[in-house]
Amino acid sequence: MARLAVKANELTKWFGEGETKTVAVKSVSFEAEFGEMFYIEGPSGSGKTTLLSLISGILRPNSGSVLVEDKDIWNMTGDQIADFRLNKVGFVFQDYHLFPRLTTVENVAIPLILKRRDWNASMDKALEYLDIVGIKNRADLPPVKLSGGEQQRVAIARAIASSPDILIFDEPTASLDGDTGRRIVDFVKQNIMNENRCIIIVTHDSRIFEYADRIMKMEDGRITGIEKGGRREE
Amino acid sequence: MKGILKIAYKLLVNDKGKFAALLVGITFAVFLMVMMTSMFAGILHRSSAVVLNIGAKLWVMDPAVNTPANVIPMPDYVLDAVRSISGVKYAVPLYSGGALVKLRSGVYQSVTVLGLDDSSLYGRPALLEGNINDIYAENAFIVVKDAEFPKLENPRVGTEFELNDHRGVITGIAKVTTSGLFGVPTLYTTYNRAISYIPSMRFTAAFILVDPQSDAALPIIKKQVKQLGYLALTKEEFIQKTSTFYKYQTGLGTNTLIMTIISFIVGLSISGQTFYTFILENLEKFGALKAIGAKARELVFMILFQATFTSLTGYGLGIGLASLLITVARLRLPSYAARITYANLGFAFIMVVIIAGISSYIGVRKVLKIEPFDIFRG
Repeated sequence: MARLAVKANELTKWFGEGETKTVAVKSVSFEAEFGEMFYIEGPSGSGKTTLLSLISGILRPNSGSVLVEDKDIWNMTGDQIADFRLNKVGFVFQDYHLFPRLTTVENVAIPLILKRRDWNASMDKALEYLDIVGIKNRADLPPVKLSGGEQQRVAIARAIASSPDILIFDEPTASLDGDTGRRIVDFVKQNIMNENRCIIIVTHDSRIFEYADRIMKMEDGRITGIEKGGRREE
Repeated sequence: MKGILKIAYKLLVNDKGKFAALLVGITFAVFLMVMMTSMFAGILHRSSAVVLNIGAKLWVMDPAVNTPANVIPMPDYVLDAVRSISGVKYAVPLYSGGALVKLRSGVYQSVTVLGLDDSSLYGRPALLEGNINDIYAENAFIVVKDAEFPKLENPRVGTEFELNDHRGVITGIAKVTTSGLFGVPTLYTTYNRAISYIPSMRFTAAFILVDPQSDAALPIIKKQVKQLGYLALTKEEFIQKTSTFYKYQTGLGTNTLIMTIISFIVGLSISGQTFYTFILENLEKFGALKAIGAKARELVFMILFQATFTSLTGYGLGIGLASLLITVARLRLPSYAARITYANLGFAFIMVVIIAGISSYIGVRKVLKIEPFDIFRG
């Protein structure tokens, strides 16, 4: 039986008060397992990114709980949540958010340095991750000198550098052309995914649905259905 | 923490344009502040030149005297009274006054004449040329070789001049530690010759120089001098009194302070604004760091480090630039008065710390407010 990675219970999040109050996530409950590539899909404004933030320890819900490996993350202190994000979660942001003033290898080493690893050891380890994502030869270049696909790989290398249990991708293909996007997700599925890791991807790009194990659909802050992923017959 | 600070360092210095602008702002501010305060310190130092050069431990004067240049002669009985105070090893009069000398070329030149006690020559300068005993020769004067020396047409031993229709002869050339403030050459002679050559009021002793038997005697001497209706100040107290006069009663201090504050505001504006822009441009990146797992205090350390590093580098460059300029100016202009003191450096350092503190505060506030969720939301 697969181990539970994330369990969201009745998560609700709203912004603003009174007339300006907007409920972004409404009583959402779901479970994601280790070894699973779990997609959250829906149109813009459906609450996907907010939900992602709630389960990754970035945004505190107004009600409900998030259990990661049976621990309620929103019962933790600020420092504990920061440690949780550093050690348990790897983020690949939509715009990558790489540091243009650092080299590629230094960007990848950031989580290791935040973990107080020695600078040289962090660089050596970061080079290994750059090798995994296939751009070790770009290590000394600043990210701005890399193509979009290469920057995405740097972001992935940075996300996996801290060996997280949960990897979170926010619209990973939004800035890439169709082929590159598919290649990246395929690469993640083949090389990054394993039975001890849960990958949660927020997307509305149907071209990469074939790589999903399960797809949770959202609309207006609610779950409208959870279905199995995989290649669909035309 | 070392690695995090290294990231902060790289983020700062690899943004060459911003880093250069930050350095220029702080360097410029430090340069201006040090220049202004150094000029002021130089002026204050020179205003006490007589006190420093004579070097007496205790100075007795009229209470209305503010500076060594502003003398109010005292009656002779004061000298006798001071000599009779218990704890006084010896006390001698000092004449200090202005005069006009007629040079061999026929040109008139103002001079300061210091008349030393005839028997002891207490407060005499070190000689570069000549013999101190020659001061007892007929019409003898010793000239000080300082920045004002050329105004006497570079006299040599044996050069003659006129002083109130009296013949004067240079018998020695002396060096002193500090030149005077007013751009006037200095001549030393004996007390009696000074008062006989220069028209004087009824009383002639500008100061009474006292050497106490021990430092413990100083309070008693000061107290008894006060009972005489006069004021006894140690060398340091007299220098301080002179400084206080120039600082608070001449407008010199106020003007320097205003210029220094303007320099501070210019530096703060340039550095604060540039640092704020730097933080704003990197705000998303700080948010991303927060999302990845950096703690708030780590981000605060990064910003404090960046502000401190920039400030100290700018401080060093500013001090270096000011030192260079003052050194070059002094080589070219011997009478240039600026001097860098530890107090100037300390003052500029405090100002730089304030600039760094305000810049950091602005940055820290912004960075602490950024939510990692804003990074996700884009």
